[in-house]
Parts: sequence; structure tokens; C-alpha cells
Amino acid sequence: MSLRSPSKEQPEHFEFNLASQEEAKKIITMYPEGKQQSAVMALLYIAQRQNDNWIPLAAMKYIAKFLEMPYIKVYEVATFYTMYNLAPVGKYFIQVCTTTPCMIRGAYNLVEACKEKISEKENELSKDKSCSWMEVECLGACVNAPMMQINNDYYEDLNKEKTLKILDKILKGETPKPGSYKGRISNEPENNRKTLVDLKNA
Amino acid sequence: MLKDQDRIFQNLYNDNGSDVESSKKRGDWLNTKNIIEKGRDWIINEIKISELRGRGGAGFPTGLKWSFAPKDVGSRPHYFVINADESEPGTCKDRDILRFEAHKLIEGCLIASYAVNAHICYIYIRGEYFIEGQKLQAAIDEAYEKNLIGKNALDTGWDLDIYIHYGAGAYICGEETALIESIEGKKGQPRLKPPFPALIGLYGCPTIINNVETIAVVPTILRRGGKWFASLGKAKNTGTKIFCISGNVNSPCNVEEVMSIPLKELIETHAGGVIGGWDNLQAVIPGGSSMPLLPKKICETITMDFDSLMAEKSGLGTAGVVVINKDQDIIKCMARIARFYKHESCGQCTPCREGTGWMWRMLERMAKGEASKDEVDMLLDVTKQIAGHTICAFGEGSSWPVQGLLRHFKGEVEKRNNYNPMINKGKNIPYLVDQHLLDKENV
Repeated sequence: MSLRSPSKEQPEHFEFNLASQEEAKKIITMYPEGKQQSAVMALLYIAQRQNDNWIPLAAMKYIAKFLEMPYIKVYEVATFYTMYNLAPVGKYFIQVCTTTPCMIRGAYNLVEACKEKISEKENELSKDKSCSWMEVECLGACVNAPMMQINNDYYEDLNKEKTLKILDKILKGETPKPGSYKGRISNEPENNRKTLVDLKNA
Repeated sequence: MLKDQDRIFQNLYNDNGSDVESSKKRGDWLNTKNIIEKGRDWIINEIKISELRGRGGAGFPTGLKWSFAPKDVGSRPHYFVINADESEPGTCKDRDILRFEAHKLIEGCLIASYAVNAHICYIYIRGEYFIEGQKLQAAIDEAYEKNLIGKNALDTGWDLDIYIHYGAGAYICGEETALIESIEGKKGQPRLKPPFPALIGLYGCPTIINNVETIAVVPTILRRGGKWFASLGKAKNTGTKIFCISGNVNSPCNVEEVMSIPLKELIETHAGGVIGGWDNLQAVIPGGSSMPLLPKKICETITMDFDSLMAEKSGLGTAGVVVINKDQDIIKCMARIARFYKHESCGQCTPCREGTGWMWRMLERMAKGEASKDEVDMLLDVTKQIAGHTICAFGEGSSWPVQGLLRHFKGEVEKRNNYNPMINKGKNIPYLVDQHLLDKENV
């Protein structure tokens, strides 16, 4: 199990803005009547997006009222799932996959790059407070290893040099192009494609 | 090698677009109405003939699973759920289906939902696949617009709504009952079975849950006939499968191949061979991290299907092939997998919650050569106390890789950890000063 605890500094108050409210109401209609509790995961995401990428306790209380469910149940969900950030993270949130398939292709070089450019420790904000990084478990892009995720985008087929360049761009406030950094499209075998060749040349 | 025209996923590498028009050019949504009009029994029977087995890891026969759904809808509605919570290390096949072959999946959803009497289908996508989820949502919107799904889909008189539910980074939600809990808005902790979800599942209603790849191949099987699918591969291990080849190979890739392809052929032909040549191969994890690794000797001859791998005490799992060459430290690789399981245990059952941590810490020490001689057997003992003593299969999934390591590389582990704490008192490792070691008779 992963240990997770909410930030010590919490805002007093939280509520959905209009756009978030609309979105939340739309999501509740996806589920049968009386089962609005199902929407809690999506609503936590909405809260996270609205609140600079982390969820304060006040937001959990607000969502509990919004969905007419006990606060502790929202708290349980928010602390169980690892993608809900319970403490502030950077505007650019970098997640480096270091599980075995990435590890054997050199994921720890990416970690080194993050340590050099962003912060010595995981979950620590960079000097300009814009970035933070952490090691995560398998992100499901194993044939494009090693890779990392920045906010929603995947950056694949990396090495230390390429990572340093990406991080430089991010620290300047730019968003680098997501996808493979070896120039290959999606996950076809590089220079070795033997299948569906007609389609490729069509 | 499988002929190109027998490949189901023609757009696996996104050569010609994933929108509805390009999908139709590849043959998706062709005669779907006729298939549905042939009726439930015909559909389920044809899937049974094809001997399609679930692609999510367990390999349960799909036709059989569908036939477990109650024949008539009683007071409770039926639900159909797609498991796209792909998080098994080494596996990334569903991601490609979601982003490039979404219409195959949606068409499969329509047919399968009809076959199991469901009007609502939830697709549970892992939260990290946000971009893929958006692409799927775009495809779903297209399908609604063209009346391929929705009210009176394709004029068949069948209503179907498809919704996407995002997970949030929990591996355990790939377990079907944990996935149900998660859709219900709870912690993803698996339920005891029985009752099975086919009778009491989502919101207490009959629910059929299938993997993305399983459902995406269904329309093609029904169009080309169950017999065609059954003619590929071996008996009981039929059809095609997307293999994800990652790790120390020259060109890691996803490729659709026939079931029972020899592992060596798969690696040499499609993935450009092992880095440093075949002789540099140390071990292969054949089916995602949960499956025990195979040493080089077995890799020479093994074929990739459910039953042959089971005979070698491993399994096909999700067909995520992780190749490890001799440049890697095998104990360290397994220690990292153990850390994955320690991180992802849901904490419901004590053997798993505590045991995964023990295995990880022991393996980390073993990788450094800091463990004592006795601990190697102790580790095996721990794995046996986890497997089979938990609610879900996570217990097995976390202990099998460690058992695999000890089965094939015990010599290596013992060589590195040959330390006897009772004799070498000079070595200062505090956690080895353990009272129960003093009780040993031979000391």
C-alpha cells in the first residue's frame, strides 16, 4: 500500500466554479438515479483541475455535500487512489515511470535528470515553484520505455539528454511536443516493420 | 508469420486514421445490423465455436462468460463493463486499441451488450490514459451522431449508451470486482466471490466484464465466422493476440501475431532480437509482471499460448513480453517488481498487505547481498503464505514472480547471499540480530 496523507496547510473554503458545476452535473447523469456516488471519482478530478492540481480537504467536504454522501467516503476514495494529489504539486507535474520494463531501459537516468533540473527530492517544488516530479509505477507505455508523463501527456523513448531538454523547455514555461522522442510513430517496431506494410505504403 | 489479411487490428500503427470513415473503410460497422438480427444465441454460439479466451490475463472462455448472464431481464437491469484499466507492467496493447481502433471496440460493445441484454455499457479507463480516453470519447460521439449506438442503434431496436469512467491510478481496479467497487464510487477493494458479477455485480445487478482486446476482436470473429478464428493457433488457444515486446530488445513494439507463435520467433522477427544477440538473453517475463519468468533454456522452445506456458508454471497473462538480457541484474529487476506490488496492494487482506512489503524488502537486501543464507528459503515460504490466502488473485500475482525467480535463479540468489550471521559476527547488519536465530539447533 502507498502511504498518503493530506497537506498540513489547507484552505478554509472550496466550492465549484460555474464551469465545474456544469461539468459535475453532466457527469452525474451518466449513472442511474440514486447512484450519484459513482460520480465521486470524476468530481474529485474536477476539483483537482480547478484547484491547481491538488485536492484540499474542503473540496472533499464540498463534494460530499454535492453528492449527498458521507464525507469519510469521499476521503477514503481520495486517499486510496494515487492520482489524486493531496498536497500542492507543480503546475507541471512530472511522473517518471521506473517499473521494471522502463528500469531496464534506463529510467533512472530520467530520474537523475529530474533531480538535476527540478529538485533533489521527489514531490518537492522546483526553485521557481512551477514543477515537481515523482517516481510512479507502470504507466502502460512499456514498448516506448523509458518514458514520463507531464500533466496529461506522455513523453516516450527518452534518454537523459532528451529529458534534460524537455525539462529546460518546461522550466521556461513552454509545453514540449508529446509522443516519441526517437521519431517513431506510436509503437511500431523501429526500422524493423514486417507487418501491415502494404497499408503503410498505401 | 500471420498473413496480413488475417490481422484483426489493421490500424494498430495508425496508418490510416482512427475516425469512423477510415474505420468503415477497413471493414468496421459492416453488416453489424445483420449480425445482431441473427440473435443472441447465434452470437454466443459463434463465440463459443471460435474458442475465444479472455485477453485480460486469466484466459476465461468469453462465450461461456456471456452465457452466465441471465437469459431474461428481471427486475434488475443488466450492465456491460469494459475493463480498460491496463496497468500490468509490460502491457500496453489496450492503449493502442483505445486510440487507433476505437470503433472496433464500440462495435464490439454494441454486439456484446446486445448478447448479454445490457442497455448501458461503462468503459473503465485508467486515469493515466486521459488522452486515449478523449480519443475514445470522440469516437463514441461520432458513433452517437451516426446512430451506430444510442436510441434504436442501427435501426435494430436496441438502445445502448456507452459511458467512460476514469480510474485514478489503482492497479487493483483491473480486478473485476474491484473495478465494480470503483465504478460505484468506493475504494477499489475486491469483493469475495461468489456471488460472481454475472449475477450480482455493478449496483447488485447482473454484470459482464470483459477486457478491451476481447471485445474489439468480437465483430471481426462474427463477420468472418468462429471457425476462421478457431483455425488460427492451437486447439483451445485460438486466434490472434497482440503481443507487447519490451525490455532489452533492439526494436520494442506491439505486434499482432497468431497464438502459439514460438517466443524466439516473436523476439527475433518482430522485435529485432535481443540486445547483444540471442546468447545474451537471461530471462523473459512472458505475460506481464505477474507471470513467473522463464530462463533462456525454456525460451528457446516455448510457444506463446495459455496452455504451453502453464505447463512451464508460467502463463500467457496479458502477453506483455519483457525481455531481460545478461546486462541486467535479475534480482534487482524482480525487487523492482516486488516494489510495484507493495505499492499497489489494496490493503484489504493482511497476507498481501504485509507480505508484499516483506518480499520487497527481502529482495532489495538480496540484490545487495545483505541477506543471510536462511532468508532465501524464508522468502519462498513468505510467497507461499501469500498465494491462495487472499480475496483476489493479487496474492498470486505478487508472489508468482518471486517464486519464478527462486525456481530458476536460486543458485544466483544463494551465491550472492551466502552470509551466515552466526559465524561472521564482524558484519554489522542490525536487523539480522534476531532472537529467533539464536534458537537454531545447529548453532
